[in-house]
Amino acid sequence: MGMKTDSQKSIEFRSVGFRLSNGRALLSGLDLEVYQGETLILLGRSGCGKTTTLKLINRLLDPTEGEVRVEGTATTRWDPIRLRRRVGYVIQEIGLFPHLTVEENVGVVPRLEGWEAEKIRARTRELLDMVGLEPGRFATRYPRELSGGQRQRVGVARALAADPPIILLDEPFGALDPITRREIQQEFRSLQKRLGKTLVFVTHDVREAFLLASRIALLKDGKMVLLGQPADLLNSGDPEAKAFADCLHDPDSPEGSA
Amino acid sequence: MNLWEFLLQNRAEVFELTLEHLFLVGLSTGIAILIGVPLGIMLTRWPALSKPVLGFANIMQTVPSLALFGFLIPLNIYLFHVRILGGIGARTAIVALVLYALLPIIRNTFTGISGVDPAIREAGRGMGMTNRQLLFQVEIPLSLGVIIAGVRVATVISVGTATIAAAIDAGGLGRYIFRGLRMNDNTLILAGAVPAALMALVADLVLGWVEKIFKTGVGGWLKSAKVVWTSLLLALGVIVWSSVTLYPGKTERRVAVGSKDFTEQIILGEILAQVIESKAGVRAQRRFDLGGNLAHEALVAGEVDAYVEYSGTALTAILKLPPLSDASEVYRRVKSEYAAKFNVEWTEPLGFNNTFAILVRGEDARRLKLKTITDAASYAAKWRAGFGQDFMSRPDGYAGFARAYGLKFAQLREMDLSLTYRALVDHQVDLIAGNSTDGLIARHDLFQLTDDRRYFPPYDAVPVVRQETLERYPEIRNVLRLLGGLISVDEMRQLNYQVDGEHRAVKDVVREFLQKKGLSGNG
Repeated sequence: MGMKTDSQKSIEFRSVGFRLSNGRALLSGLDLEVYQGETLILLGRSGCGKTTTLKLINRLLDPTEGEVRVEGTATTRWDPIRLRRRVGYVIQEIGLFPHLTVEENVGVVPRLEGWEAEKIRARTRELLDMVGLEPGRFATRYPRELSGGQRQRVGVARALAADPPIILLDEPFGALDPITRREIQQEFRSLQKRLGKTLVFVTHDVREAFLLASRIALLKDGKMVLLGQPADLLNSGDPEAKAFADCLHDPDSPEGSA
Repeated sequence: MNLWEFLLQNRAEVFELTLEHLFLVGLSTGIAILIGVPLGIMLTRWPALSKPVLGFANIMQTVPSLALFGFLIPLNIYLFHVRILGGIGARTAIVALVLYALLPIIRNTFTGISGVDPAIREAGRGMGMTNRQLLFQVEIPLSLGVIIAGVRVATVISVGTATIAAAIDAGGLGRYIFRGLRMNDNTLILAGAVPAALMALVADLVLGWVEKIFKTGVGGWLKSAKVVWTSLLLALGVIVWSSVTLYPGKTERRVAVGSKDFTEQIILGEILAQVIESKAGVRAQRRFDLGGNLAHEALVAGEVDAYVEYSGTALTAILKLPPLSDASEVYRRVKSEYAAKFNVEWTEPLGFNNTFAILVRGEDARRLKLKTITDAASYAAKWRAGFGQDFMSRPDGYAGFARAYGLKFAQLREMDLSLTYRALVDHQVDLIAGNSTDGLIARHDLFQLTDDRRYFPPYDAVPVVRQETLERYPEIRNVLRLLGGLISVDEMRQLNYQVDGEHRAVKDVVREFLQKKGLSGNG
C-alpha cells in the first residue's frame, strides 16, 4: 500500500483517549487513519475499546484527549446531527425500530433528510433487493416477523439508505447462527466491493475479520497493539495477535471451518 | 318503583346527567393529558425533578375531594379576565378532577419513555435524529401503550370521583347519588351509581382496546406522530369549546339562587327562584345542592346571589359567636354582623324554626314512655348515638348538648346526616339528631324528644342576599318581603314529606304551594 494523501483520509484518530467521568480510561493514545474505500476491522476481546472507538467517530461520544477527524474536520466541530447523517450505523439486530415496518425502518434517514415519498419508496425497494430481501414479501413486515438474518440485512440496508460515504458496523452479525453468519458475510463482501464505501467494522470474530478486512486494528485494554493487513497479524510476535491467530487455525473452534 | 322503571321514566334527565358526567370526565382527563404527558416527558429529561413532581401528584391523590373543594372554592385566580380557579360549579370540579388524574398520566409517561430500550434510543441518535425527532418518532410511539394505560386509569378514577362534583353544583350522575342518600332512596342512589359504573366499564374496555393496539405496535411513525398530534389538537378543541360554554357572558339579567345539600334547602331555593322569576322578572340560575359551608362561601365569593340561611347556624357556625337562646336577639345580631362583614342582607324570616330534633324510634318512645331529652338521658349509657358530621363539629352541636343534659352514650358514631335516619330505622343506632322539619320523621314513625332545657338556639330560616344584588335588582327586595312569615313548621314538614316521602318533583311541589299562597304568576 503506497503513501496516501490527506484527501484520501476519511477518518483520523490523533492521540485519542477516552475516559469515563469516574476516571477509568476506556481508550488511550490511539493514532489511526482510515482511508476512503477501505474496510478497517477493529478486532479485540469484549471490553477492549472497539465500540468506544466506533462511537467516537459519529460523536455518540466525544474524546477526552486528542481529536477525531472525519473528512478532515474534528468531530467536535461537526454538527452531530449532520455528521451522523453522513455516517451510516449498523448495530446488532436490536437496533431496528420495533414499531416501524421494514420499509419504514430502511427509510428513516431519507425521511429525516426530507426526501420525497416516491423517491424514498424507490430507494427502499432498491436496497431491499440489494440485501437479498424481496420487497414484495418483506417491505410491510415488522421486525418481530423476521428471522435474525433477515433483520440484519434490514439493518445494513437502513445504514446504506441515504448513501453515506462512511458506514460504521458494530458486531452486526454477532447474534446470528454460524451458518447464516457465514452466508451473510459472503454476501456482505460482494456488496462491499460494489459500493466502495469506507467501512469501520467492529468484531471479535477473527474469521470475519480475515474475510472482510482491508486492514485490521487489534485492540487490547484500550490500546492498539497492532495495525496492518491480515497477513501481518499471522506474522506478529505480539501475544494477543498470536492468541487471535491461533483461533483462526483451531479446528475445535465453535465456528468450524467453512 | 324499581331502577329500570325509574330510568325509563326519567330518561331525559338521566341522559342529561350522563352527558354532564361525560363532560366533566372528558374535559378533566383531556386537560390532565395536556399537562401530564409533557410533564412526564420533561421528567425523563430532568430525572432529578421526578421525585418532587411525582410526590406532589401522589399527595394530591390522597387529599379527600371535599377538602380539596373547600380549598379551591375561595381562590380567585384570573387569566386574561377569565376566572380559571375558584368558585362553585364545573370549573372547580374540573380543577379537582385534573389534579386527581395527573398522577397516573405523569407516572406512566415517565416510566413508559424511560423504559424504551437504550439500544433503540442509541440507534436513533446514531442515525442522526434530533432530540425532538427521537421523542416523536421513537420514544413516544414506543411508549404510547404505557401512556394510554395511564390515561385509562385516570379516566376510570375520574368517572368515580366526578360523582362527588355534585356537591358543588357541577352536575353529573352524583346528583342522583346525593339526592338518593338524602331521601333514603335506594332506587335513586342506584340510578346514579349504575350508569356511572357502566360508564367506567365502557371507558375501561375502550381504552384497554386502544392500549392493546398501541402495545402490539401500529405501523408507521408518521401514523404515530399523527395520532399524537391529532389527539392533542382534539383535546385542545374540546377544551376551547367547553371553556366557551363554561364561562358565559355576564351581561344577562339573572340572579344565582343557591341552596345547601338537603331537601328542605332545595325546596326553599326553588321557592326563592320561582318567586324571583315570576314576581321580579329576573331569570334565576339554580345552584343547588352545595355541600357543607359551600353555600355561604359561594355567597361571599359572589358565585351565588341569595340562599336561605338559618339564624342559629349563621351565629355559631359562620360568625363563630357563642349560642344565644332568644330568637329576635339572634336575628338582630346576625343581621348587623353580616351587613358589616360580608355585605350581605338578612331579609324577612320565612316563619319557621328548623332546630335540631333529637329523635328516637316511636316504638322505643312508647315502650319507655319518653317525652323529653331528660327522660332519655338515663338510657344513654346503654344506647348508641349516630350524628352527622355537622352536628359533631358545630359549637351548638354535640359537645354542648351532651354537657347540658349530662349525656354519655355507649357508642358514638359519626356519619352522613342522611344516613343517620336509615341507621336509626335499621336499629344500628338508637338516637340521632335530625331536623325538626324533616319529612322523614312522620314517614318512619320517629319520635322527637322535647328540648326541655332549651339548649338549642333558634334556627329561623331567612333568605340572605348580597347587597350588591339588591342594588342591581331593587325589585327583589319587595319580592322577598312577600315571603315573610309565609311558611309554618308544619307546612315545611309537609313540603319536605311531599318530596322525600312521596317522591314528587320539587318544582311541582313548590308551584302548588305558591299557588295556594297566591304567589304564583304575575301580579
